Amino acid sequence: MSVGFHELAEAPPRAMSSRLEGELLEVSLGPQHPSTHGVFRMNVALDGEIVRKLKPVFGYLHRNHEQIGENTSYLGSMPYTDRLDYFCSMTNNWAYALSVEKLAGIEVPERAEYLRVILAELTRLQNHTSLLGFLLSDMGAWGTPLMYAFREREKILDLFESLSGSRMMCDYMRFGGCRVDAGADWMERAEKVADGFPRFLDEFEKLITSNEILLARTQEVGRISAELAVNAGLTGPILRACGVNYDLRKVDGYGIYPRFKFRVPLGDHGDCYDRLMMRALEMRESLGILQQAFAQIPAGPVMNPKVKIRAFKPPAGEAYGRIEGPKGELGFYLISDGSANPYRYRVRPPSFINLTVLEDMCLGHTVADVMVILGSIDIVMGEVDR
Amino acid sequence: MNEGLLSELKKQGIFVTSLQELYNWGRLNSIWPLQFGLACCAIEMIATAASRYDLARFGGEVFRPSPRQADLIIVAGTVTKKMAPQVVRLYNQMPDPKYVIAMGACAISGGPFKQGYNVLKGIDRYIPVDVYIPGCPPRPEALLHAFMELQRKIEEQRLTGAGKADHLEASLPSEFPVPAFGEHDLQPPANPALFRPPAVERN
Repeated sequence: MSVGFHELAEAPPRAMSSRLEGELLEVSLGPQHPSTHGVFRMNVALDGEIVRKLKPVFGYLHRNHEQIGENTSYLGSMPYTDRLDYFCSMTNNWAYALSVEKLAGIEVPERAEYLRVILAELTRLQNHTSLLGFLLSDMGAWGTPLMYAFREREKILDLFESLSGSRMMCDYMRFGGCRVDAGADWMERAEKVADGFPRFLDEFEKLITSNEILLARTQEVGRISAELAVNAGLTGPILRACGVNYDLRKVDGYGIYPRFKFRVPLGDHGDCYDRLMMRALEMRESLGILQQAFAQIPAGPVMNPKVKIRAFKPPAGEAYGRIEGPKGELGFYLISDGSANPYRYRVRPPSFINLTVLEDMCLGHTVADVMVILGSIDIVMGEVDR
Repeated sequence: MNEGLLSELKKQGIFVTSLQELYNWGRLNSIWPLQFGLACCAIEMIATAASRYDLARFGGEVFRPSPRQADLIIVAGTVTKKMAPQVVRLYNQMPDPKYVIAMGACAISGGPFKQGYNVLKGIDRYIPVDVYIPGCPPRPEALLHAFMELQRKIEEQRLTGAGKADHLEASLPSEFPVPAFGEHDLQPPANPALFRPPAVERN
């Protein structure tokens, strides 16, 4: 018997009887499951098809991220942050760079700040696009929506690749700026991609908002209250779907976000449909930010020349840098003792903390709804298990 | 059969082939992979199957969620020690003939996470791997290349005689022992029948 099944082996016999509810059947969903978005496992107690109990089992992708971070130099951790949330390497880089910059008091050149905003918003676009594709595919729209989503995603990945050399693991940002400058032709291409995006969004939104099946599968499914969302520490689109106006780009104003005009979309039901629409609306706002950034970006250096990123030793102290990632508040907490490695390196992963309310969302719904709810939370196991 | 006779038969509309060639031709153009992703590489695997790279051109687009219906397991991502028994179990549940692609540095050797205490240092310790593709993650083109290499390998498999394919050899196992957690580590740390690391010569 292997380790993964210990819990099941120790649990009471599979059919746990209870007089009122009838027989409960314990089912293990995952870690190999087409809709669990990676190696996530849930132990579910079912009454017929209704979920009565849900216990997530973590750790199938625990890759010792934090421990490796503490044994590696500050620069050496940058490529590892790419592999946290492997959809959004650019925003991960930014959050880590931001916390090191806070720790050592490093200034970032103007052009680099604009580049960061452009890349973060492009990341948000491609993350939300592929999320919607996966979600529709979980609901049974097998193939087609995901194909459309990935067609658009590839266009943005092409931009990332020509800028950083890698499609997914960009490793692009450094503390004190960005690794390389983007040329005029890159900007032109990026603008073209951003200009063509609304057309795709119109098409995709039509698919979402007017589809009878999708409405039936998402509305009033996985509903949570704003109070629970705040108490559980949820962040990102999933919190805003409950109607809580909390976006770090507005609240914290990190980088140069206060300069941009954009609205924060808010839901009011806190169900799967609101969470889904939140992504679609956020993409529109991201496109607005992109247009402003393309218009305003100044010329200049992209790297602070005073920073020696190799053999980098920040002064002793601690810092917490956070950004509004596509999935929520992504934060890095660093304690430095003045040596070349951080003394403590801690990641605040948005999808792990958003996942804590999974049971509250799923109780009383059917097994098929669990997959939709899980998809609407938008988890990436690299970040959940680290 | 000599070439002249073959071409003469073709002119008459008669197509001659061997059972082995026909069998392998059919198999190599309809490989059904297991829909199973572990980490970052899984996203590139999905990208390979999606619109731009389109694995369907090579007959491999039918991703099956159940190992009972799959021919190929693409080990796409970091195999942790908690996940390794599950991967071996999935492999055991697949029907013969079955193939394994180790996709990415992590599946090959542990990759960038090799120093981690919870990371398995290569899936070839427990299951036999047919094609390795390095990269972190490998590009979709690299996965397509691995797929074509696998097709080449299938094409060359013999049905009879000496050196026939492993899955036809009754004496060779098609299932491998599932490791379990011991006091400190997975037991056994590797399957000695499969995993033979090259001996290091020290002078």
